[in-house]
Amino acid sequence: MSVDTEEQSRSASRDEALAELEKNWGERPSLRSWFSTVDHKRIGRRYMVTAGVFFILAGTDAMILRTQLARPNATVLSPEAYDQLFTMHGTAMIFLFSTPMFFGFGNFLVPLLIGARDMAFPRLNAFGYWVFVFSGTVMFTSQLVGRAPDGGWFGYVPLTDTPYSTGVNLDVYSLGLLFLGVSTTAGAINFIVTVVKMRAPGMSLNRLPLFVWAIVGTSFMVIFALPALNLANAMLFLDRRFGAHFFDPGHGGSTLLWQHLFWIFGHPDVYIIVMPALGIVSAVLPAFCRRGVVAYPLMVLAIVTISIISFGVWVHHMFATGLPQLSYSFFSAASTLITIPSGIQIFAWLFTMLRGRIVVRTPFLFIVGFIVTFVLGGFTGVMFAITAFDQQVTDSYFVVAHFHYVLFGGAVFPMLAGIYFWLPKFTGRMYAEKLSRWAFWLVFVGFNTTFMPMHVSGLLGMPRRIYTYPGGLGWDIWNLISTIGAYILAVGLLLVLIGVVHAVRRGAPAPDDPWQGDTLEWGTSSPPRPYNFAAVPQVHSLHPMWDERTTRALATDEPLPSHRAMTTSELDGRQEGAIEMPEESLLPLAAAVGILVVVLGLLWAWYWTGWYWLAGAGALLIFGALARWLWPPERTPEEAGVAP
Amino acid sequence: MRRDPSRRGIRTPWRLAAVGCMLTLGGCAHHQQSTLQASGDGAQRVEGLWWLMFWIAMAVFAEVMLLLGWALWWRRRPRAKIRGGDAIGGIAVLGVVVPFAVLVTVYGLGLRDLNALAAPRQDPAVTVDVIGHQWWWEVRYAHPAGAVTANELHIPVGEPVRVRLRTADVQHSFWVPQLMPKTDLIAGKVNQTWLRTATPGQYRAQCAEYCGKQHAFMALMVVAEPRAEFDTWVAATARPATTTLTAAQQRGREVFERSSCASCHTVQGTTATGSVGPDLSTIGSRWSIGAGAAPNDAGHLGGWIVNSQTIKPGNAMPPQPVSAQDLPDLLSYLQSLK
Amino acid sequence: MTAVAEKATSPRLLSAEMPSGRTTGWWGMVLFVTTEATIFAALLGSYFYIRFQSGPQWPPPPLEDPKLTKVIIMTALLLPSSVPVMWAERGIRKGQRWRLRAGLTITLVLGLAFLGMQAWEYSEDLKKHTLTTDAYSSLFYTTTSLHGFHVAVGLLMVGWLLAASLRGSFGYRRHERVRLTAIYWHFVDVVWVAIFLCLYLSPRL
Repeated sequence: MSVDTEEQSRSASRDEALAELEKNWGERPSLRSWFSTVDHKRIGRRYMVTAGVFFILAGTDAMILRTQLARPNATVLSPEAYDQLFTMHGTAMIFLFSTPMFFGFGNFLVPLLIGARDMAFPRLNAFGYWVFVFSGTVMFTSQLVGRAPDGGWFGYVPLTDTPYSTGVNLDVYSLGLLFLGVSTTAGAINFIVTVVKMRAPGMSLNRLPLFVWAIVGTSFMVIFALPALNLANAMLFLDRRFGAHFFDPGHGGSTLLWQHLFWIFGHPDVYIIVMPALGIVSAVLPAFCRRGVVAYPLMVLAIVTISIISFGVWVHHMFATGLPQLSYSFFSAASTLITIPSGIQIFAWLFTMLRGRIVVRTPFLFIVGFIVTFVLGGFTGVMFAITAFDQQVTDSYFVVAHFHYVLFGGAVFPMLAGIYFWLPKFTGRMYAEKLSRWAFWLVFVGFNTTFMPMHVSGLLGMPRRIYTYPGGLGWDIWNLISTIGAYILAVGLLLVLIGVVHAVRRGAPAPDDPWQGDTLEWGTSSPPRPYNFAAVPQVHSLHPMWDERTTRALATDEPLPSHRAMTTSELDGRQEGAIEMPEESLLPLAAAVGILVVVLGLLWAWYWTGWYWLAGAGALLIFGALARWLWPPERTPEEAGVAP
Repeated sequence: MRRDPSRRGIRTPWRLAAVGCMLTLGGCAHHQQSTLQASGDGAQRVEGLWWLMFWIAMAVFAEVMLLLGWALWWRRRPRAKIRGGDAIGGIAVLGVVVPFAVLVTVYGLGLRDLNALAAPRQDPAVTVDVIGHQWWWEVRYAHPAGAVTANELHIPVGEPVRVRLRTADVQHSFWVPQLMPKTDLIAGKVNQTWLRTATPGQYRAQCAEYCGKQHAFMALMVVAEPRAEFDTWVAATARPATTTLTAAQQRGREVFERSSCASCHTVQGTTATGSVGPDLSTIGSRWSIGAGAAPNDAGHLGGWIVNSQTIKPGNAMPPQPVSAQDLPDLLSYLQSLK
Repeated sequence: MTAVAEKATSPRLLSAEMPSGRTTGWWGMVLFVTTEATIFAALLGSYFYIRFQSGPQWPPPPLEDPKLTKVIIMTALLLPSSVPVMWAERGIRKGQRWRLRAGLTITLVLGLAFLGMQAWEYSEDLKKHTLTTDAYSSLFYTTTSLHGFHVAVGLLMVGWLLAASLRGSFGYRRHERVRLTAIYWHFVDVVWVAIFLCLYLSPRL
């Protein structure tokens, strides 16, 4: 009897606590809250939706490009239009789609996977999103008015410098990427700090899910690689607008300096894109193999190794520039070796399948598609590490084929797997299995039909970035097949989109844990409440949701009230204390608008130098917003603590 | 070891016939640009390397597909027993030891080929400067001075030729897929490469580094011919055209010298010494106009002069106000320049 | 700390006043400074890249080696300015607000003097060469003015702290922002040492 009443009062107090949590964490749906939200789940979803929109735009660019290339001497596009389209396709896919999409995944999932209530810096998170959406909008708007960047995503000088590039196009590129860099850097710092300090008690580093490891590795690469790109773009802007001579050999500058800086960023960036995708593979597989990914320590080692070696291979993008042979052989060796950690991961996944019991659902199908395509991309990757072969096929369609196998096969396939896998958690709805299988097969067949023939056209000597080509060189048929494949691929991706929209509108309500997953996000509702977890999860193993100690505690532990989150120690996840989480705020938006104004002022100053004042006004706005943002609350001497 | 045809008496009728055949086929727009029909020393090495790597890749791919297929086939049974353990051994062998061995082998072979590409086995006797422009190739022979042409590079068969690469503006890349892998043309820098082929023929090349609007039409024809023919060609190119001009051609020459043509183009032996556009001293014999933009015949040439922007939008040559009377004379003159 | 012994989810623990270990803010600032330092590293790397591509004379003639007198005075102003920040931070940890205010004021004065000297130095340099003279000059002005900008930002942070401290926001319980600003200021200092060695001293070697 007394047990019952105790039970009852326990459940009553639990309900009370949940109501209080709801009050503390819930953001009332209003226009203001739409702009001021700091909830990592809302921001994460926004990242994904926005990146998805940019993907559709950049994908449409690609479809127009492929239409132009379907036949020789086609006139669908003028050379100028073609150049802007291929530049925007590459730039947007790399900067405005892949990385932000994975940041969206990370934003939504990292706090859930580590059992936290939010990111370490929720306002910085909101700020990063606004900066991203503004910079992407600026760049795509330039395309709308026919002033898009046209120097290739790699922006090689002197073509992108004065006097060869006139007009505002390349300023959109350099300023747009600098602008975006603010967002990416803020996001990366936020991820690292979140993972380092906010993990649930008991989640020592050796119990950290592989996806989270991948996000941390990615973030570290961002921190060390992005400065090189930012610097290069700042130099380019100074060269173009203010007459500096960094890249001008006539005045002691060097065009190769651009290439070095760009690729010191550019090669790690390949892994910045692919590594979170590999993390998704490691996160999805356990649910469909009914066991954890084998060789966890090796997997972590592989992630760490890749993050480091990726900084030592950039010269393989410059194998045709006439650098000394010795440096070629060094960078060739490093580029060859970096495939080993990737190989370890591939075989670890294969052995996971071979030792588990496979349940084939759509996310799993995309993982299989990933393995097939990524392995092929890896082979051509090794070939490009071999200098002599690289010199023959670099800048031909062979390299276009290669990096689409790596980036589409290696990043988009896992991304699609992740979308289907976590859709229940993102939206609270299930997708339709049959439709999604159609989508998989169309994407898989369309992808290979598009990009496999490009290996051939490349070997047949077709250079990349040409707006058309003469007939009779043996390229016609391969290009036609590629274009047909591109249309199939587009239909497949459209089915993915329809599937997601259908799920959101009509999908069956998702259970909390539809896959019997192993990580903590499945231990909360679908979609999660604003506070994520009522009680702080206790982690005792690598697969907390397969661990009864954790699941039992999640269901019965006393909810943790107030607007606070727990901090734990860096290595072993020992609890250290709690921090008050910031409330929603419009200041991140204001600061982002400030940067937007600076960028627009600098851009428009191309037409009228008076706009530089606008840039100044934007700087004041940033300063004001930041000063207000960081202003500490007034405290009584007692609260602050003053020496007697 | 391929035999060096230059030592074998090249003036055999067979060989001439073969060259003739090639040239005729070349005229029918059958130029190949394929790395898989390598003819030069460098490209042949790389072609070998490609097939080796291709078969290794196929073998490894088969291995991965086998494991994947096995998993999908065998581990899908509802009764499949989930096994613990980390398979460290399997991963170490298949993921580390085997790849490492393969990679070291491939790397070693690649290094050997890289060395072979660095320099020809004998020192080149012929040196050519190739200068990239937006969007055409300037070709200058070191000897005899004055042997200058554009978008066409003649080399003697069986001998290595040194190619010095510079750019007049942005970055370009020199790539003759059938003969030699790429070398970039970089502002403020002189790069070097070399060509050698044992087979006479025409080898199409195309700029391989994005260089702006007309990157698509920046082609170069490498013509490999027997030494004697090469010598004749280079000597002829080095001096003004010697053919006597018909009256129409004479009038055309006057038009050329008097109009704006001369301010951008050079024709040897005339007052035209412009250096903005290609040297036209041998325009009559070239394989194309506009660096591969159009075939070299009277119709296209006329169209090019009147408004080249319709053929190759963005190129540096503005539309020319040549009168309808002058144009045939001008064409006739230009076509006589060989 | 008795808290450690308590049950992990105890609400009492979450209201603990003095969390142990490094804070999220500390990590955030350290990572921010790391990525900023990488920018300077890339900039100085570019400087040496251009230098080793260039002829035997560096800086390229007719430019001469940068003058040292003012720069040594600037160094003498900036380097010691880290000391009062440290002293102020130690003070506020004990709750001594006067030390915080005094230390920050001294730093502010030293930093402003540094910027003033830099403006003076520029006014003389600009007579000889500008951003548009050659690649060396572009690098020289970009590097030094980027650092000057960082000093200015640092001073804004110090001034802002000073204002907040006059209002009474800090004490031995609450002083994290002081700690973070100090990290940033030390970083600005250390970068200056690197710039001094590379841009001013190394051409004389």
